[in-house]
Amino acid sequence: MIKKESKERVVITGMGIVCPLGHSVSELWESILSGKSGMGKTTIFDASTFPSQFGAEVKGYDFTKHTKRPELHKDSNRASGFVIGATEEACRGAGIDVESEKICDGIKRDRMGIYLGAGEGSVNNEVFFESLVQAWDDSERRMDWVKWAEVSLGKLDAMGELEQEPNMPACHIAMMTGARGPVRSCLTACAASTQAVGESMEIIRRGDADVMISGGAHSMIHPLGVTGFNRLTALSSRNDSPQTASRPFAASRDGFVLGEGAAIVILESLSSAKRRGAKILAELTGYGSSSDAFRVTDMHEEGRGAKQAIELALADASISYKDIDYINTHGTSTRENDSIETKAIKAAFKERAKKIPASSVKSMLGHLIGAAGAAELITCVLAIRDGIIPATMNLEDRDPQLDLDYVPNEPRKCKVDIAINESFGFGGQNNVVIIKRYEGK
Amino acid sequence: MSSTGVAITGIGAISPLGLSSAEMWSGLCEGRCGIDRIKSFDPTGFSCQLAGEVPEFKVRKYVPKRRRKSVKLMSRDIELSVVAARESILDSGLVTKGIDEENINVEPSRMSINLGAGLISCDLEEIAPAVAKSITNGKFDIHKWGKDGIENLTPLWLLKYLPNMLACHIGIIHDIQGPSNTITCAEAGGLLAIGESAQIIFRGDSDVALAGGAEAKVNAIIMARQCLLKRVTSKNNDNPAGACRPFDDEASGSVFGEGAGMIVLEDIERAKGRGANIYGQIAGVGQSQSINPAYEHLESDGKGIQIAIENAMADAEIEPGELDLIIPHGTGIPEDDLAESRGIEAALGEFAGKIPVFASKSMLSTTGAASGALDVIAGICAMRDGKIPAAKNFVKGAEGCNLNIVTKPKSEDIRYVLCCNYTYGGQTAAVVLKKS
Repeated sequence: MIKKESKERVVITGMGIVCPLGHSVSELWESILSGKSGMGKTTIFDASTFPSQFGAEVKGYDFTKHTKRPELHKDSNRASGFVIGATEEACRGAGIDVESEKICDGIKRDRMGIYLGAGEGSVNNEVFFESLVQAWDDSERRMDWVKWAEVSLGKLDAMGELEQEPNMPACHIAMMTGARGPVRSCLTACAASTQAVGESMEIIRRGDADVMISGGAHSMIHPLGVTGFNRLTALSSRNDSPQTASRPFAASRDGFVLGEGAAIVILESLSSAKRRGAKILAELTGYGSSSDAFRVTDMHEEGRGAKQAIELALADASISYKDIDYINTHGTSTRENDSIETKAIKAAFKERAKKIPASSVKSMLGHLIGAAGAAELITCVLAIRDGIIPATMNLEDRDPQLDLDYVPNEPRKCKVDIAINESFGFGGQNNVVIIKRYEGK
Repeated sequence: MSSTGVAITGIGAISPLGLSSAEMWSGLCEGRCGIDRIKSFDPTGFSCQLAGEVPEFKVRKYVPKRRRKSVKLMSRDIELSVVAARESILDSGLVTKGIDEENINVEPSRMSINLGAGLISCDLEEIAPAVAKSITNGKFDIHKWGKDGIENLTPLWLLKYLPNMLACHIGIIHDIQGPSNTITCAEAGGLLAIGESAQIIFRGDSDVALAGGAEAKVNAIIMARQCLLKRVTSKNNDNPAGACRPFDDEASGSVFGEGAGMIVLEDIERAKGRGANIYGQIAGVGQSQSINPAYEHLESDGKGIQIAIENAMADAEIEPGELDLIIPHGTGIPEDDLAESRGIEAALGEFAGKIPVFASKSMLSTTGAASGALDVIAGICAMRDGKIPAAKNFVKGAEGCNLNIVTKPKSEDIRYVLCCNYTYGGQTAAVVLKKS
């Protein structure tokens, strides 16, 4: 394998989002600064008897408004639809031609890749459940597979089935942009898009691409998704008050609020960005990745893996824990995550831990699962740009065990030069990236 | 500290040809076919009733005693991956917590895991009784489901079906605390994971890695999808052994199956330092994307494959004439095989028609995310033994396919092997293996 003499520096030159707080980065940011909540009663399917009857849905979105060739994407599942809008916005900001006859942006397509943390799409619920109703003999406890095949093969649509594959959002981006460089998609649960961003950085650093379209796309707001999380008792069941249900670090927190969306960042080598005269929004300077190797169901009790990922990211960025101005926490609003993440922050940031603002935008945005990390990365870039740290909303009753500066309920004016973004996934994957103000040299 | 090379020090496979890499390799060399009529459910209603199923095994035997409770949370995909992971680690001579707690010789935080995994479909016979409790007037009733139906599922139900759970279970068993990634690029996942894993060692972020892929495609939902997409052969239900025919004139579609392939990768200096058996090295990695509005197939000129191969060859710093063996994806789907063959020709020029080619899926079936990893293991065995197995089900090359498919077993020194892979959705991958 070829080794380059020096690593490329990696900068962010574009951002785009479709999420419960809006269909653009500016809408997201306005909502976050005004403390708006993206939650509401579930409308995508009838969840009225589920333990959790609400979520953070993307509302009023139509992907066909974001593409000149909607027919290419007509079979898209929700996540692929979201990714079309997010990619269009991110590419527009970065000056990357999308769906153009002629490419004039100065980026060779075999030097442009894609790396997403993306999730699977929903099954065709109607056919899925009907096939089981018809084919399962509950008294005999046996399946009539011939019947099952008759119903399923008769009613399912081939492309609709294909579109459930988690690599499909990346496929749709490739069709829009013509990207022919390294293309990957990963799914490490709630840490996926931060992992995708981190690995994209490494691809640019080692010189395998000049530009990476990175981020995440996911929607698990469907009957089997909500069933799965409800059985795990991971979701808030505060059905009477969806808008205040996500309350990271609060004593009364009772689970996360399931969200959906897509968030895309354009990562680019500094030399390519300069050559093209692209506007540089921030620099990515560190990436750390680890796993807990502890339990399938729980994070390591002391946050061993989380601490390790933070320390690896700091070392990768060649900075000290003392240099961090803002921690964008994973902060899910589950009992376990928020207390263990607090422990990990204390272990990694030592005497500085209580002095660094550490907030969770999931209090407003909900938990975008595979797309969460990239959406939160965007808020870090904006915090650096505007010198404002997003609040952790709904933090009225602080958990006495949790004593960091969570920036409760009000965004805070504060100069941020270096931010750290933390994402931890079910099953113990921990991914952390460090974002730095670009100084223009 | 970054590395100077990435060695392959262990292999493990569970496949339709047997429960170990040795059985897989001897099966491939003998021309045995792992494809048969589906046993795990009654396939009568499906246009293709064939699959590559793994012979019976008990996963408990492959899990340390203190971890045996965890097998209840393992879907078939996870089980397969756990079996192959154990073989590859044992083969490497590394001692992890899962092998022998008293004599560990790997630093957990310096070991990583990177797997290709599929879209895992739920076990229909597990969920059906819960659905049966949610019926009103013969129709599914989501109100009943939300209230009572879901209570019939085990609380940890979801955790069986998250693709990252393969790496998670293996990571817990063997105490792997470094980076863990799960590549979900369908049939290209395993090879992409091996490539990324090698790069993680090469850039110095881990010393040792477990890499590969696993997928259990013999599930009614997955089989239905392949039938609907017309990726299967529907003409060969009476002829399982002759059903999957990569690059052959009579090819009419693929056959799907299950398996797992895992390799142990290691910083080469570390491997040499401990006197490990080094099968070879990951010499080059390349990847790209096929762009086709009909994205269930590869684009017809195979350009995405071409770019991936060119990048892998450049990364390995070798010329086409130095390749001794090509293991292509070769599914037996005629238009995809033709496109792949065009991509290989475009990348390797005049050498494409001369370098021996061996396609494994006529015997192994298309095992999704496992397929690239199983092919890498076949490539490693070919280098080790200086042997290329004969193609099975290849009589006359399909029109336009000008590859040199080996029809008689060959014995010769093999120094460089090219493995390539692609998937519906377009991701392409190529890896060059080098004999040490």
